[in-house]
Amino acid sequence: MIKPLIDVLVYDILKMQRGVLFSEALNFFLYDTIKIFLLLIVIIFIVSFIRTFFPPEKTRAILSHKHKYTGNVLAAILGIVTPFCSCSAVPLFLGFIEAGIPLGVTFSFLVASPVINEVALVMLWGLFGWKIALIYIGSGLTIAIISGMVIGKLRVEGLIEEVNCQKPSGCAPGLGQSIKERIVLSRGYTKDIIRRIWLYVIIGIGVGAWIHGYIPGGLLVKYAGKSNWLAVPFATIIGIPLYSNAAGVIPLVSALTEKGMAMGTALAFMMAVTALSLPEFLILRRVMKLKLLIIFASVVGTGIIITGYLFNFIIR
Amino acid sequence: MKIEVLGMGCSKCSQLTANAEAAVKELNIPVAIVKATDIGTITGYGVMAIPALVIDGKVVSAGRVLTKDEIKELIVR
Repeated sequence: MIKPLIDVLVYDILKMQRGVLFSEALNFFLYDTIKIFLLLIVIIFIVSFIRTFFPPEKTRAILSHKHKYTGNVLAAILGIVTPFCSCSAVPLFLGFIEAGIPLGVTFSFLVASPVINEVALVMLWGLFGWKIALIYIGSGLTIAIISGMVIGKLRVEGLIEEVNCQKPSGCAPGLGQSIKERIVLSRGYTKDIIRRIWLYVIIGIGVGAWIHGYIPGGLLVKYAGKSNWLAVPFATIIGIPLYSNAAGVIPLVSALTEKGMAMGTALAFMMAVTALSLPEFLILRRVMKLKLLIIFASVVGTGIIITGYLFNFIIR
Repeated sequence: MKIEVLGMGCSKCSQLTANAEAAVKELNIPVAIVKATDIGTITGYGVMAIPALVIDGKVVSAGRVLTKDEIKELIVR
């Protein structure tokens, strides 16, 4: 529906020539930008609305019932629907541990929550299609579940920093909300996210459009294609400092895959961007000993690298 | 009356503090806004999402930036 409108705008109203690099890139840019923003508004609103039903207190209550084998799975799934921002990682972590939720289960939650975020999902769906978006969710969940199980087995409870709780637990805020309140809340949240990421999205798509139009196809095959075994770990490592820029990074990656970057390598890179974040590690350092943070990063990083190789092997 | 903002120095936390200050100023009541950044204090309130707002020792909101008007309403109540 959008595509013909853009064609009319670019080729008829602006009178740009078909087949010329610049007009093709402009067309690509306008189409992607409009599509992505429409998707962002709709999906973020829906996700925010669902999330009003899953405050962290509820998730904690569900997880603190003993589910020996399903705990990690449940934690990873709840990680998708529970609102989470890296600034709240510390109180959330402590709240879970205090409630007696096993460390491994808590880690499954901490991994799944940032990996499967609504912005990344929209960008993947809009730019790569629903299949890749589903693969991304599936791998994200699997990595979260397995990483949590591994960390749980390592018996690292001693690596949590002591925190002196200064008051007996107070009451959690009441969250009985009407549908109208939930809608108002979700609308506010959607606006807030769009305001924070719109510039990155436009820059990302802009650079993506430029790559799409001007970089010769196949240029990256040699460096980021399947045959280069170092590409996956390299992509994972450079993803770490790029946190919170999933919005700008994904359109870029989308363009790079067109020029020969292998799909598994691209997935590994995007997961590293969302899952392994330097600022979040700095925040978590206040409650975890450095050794635990390193274990956390290495286990998740290994999971991401394995996923990257796996999909390089499977796709195409 | 005592108003506390629980947060660990993120941008949302300072936004909430600013809104709370504006609310108090408009209501014209002599209340100081206290910023609690210590993890022990924050978890002591049983809060799992920040920023949170505490009025007279009671957590009234967690995980979102309340607007000035919402805070005014909470204070009056």
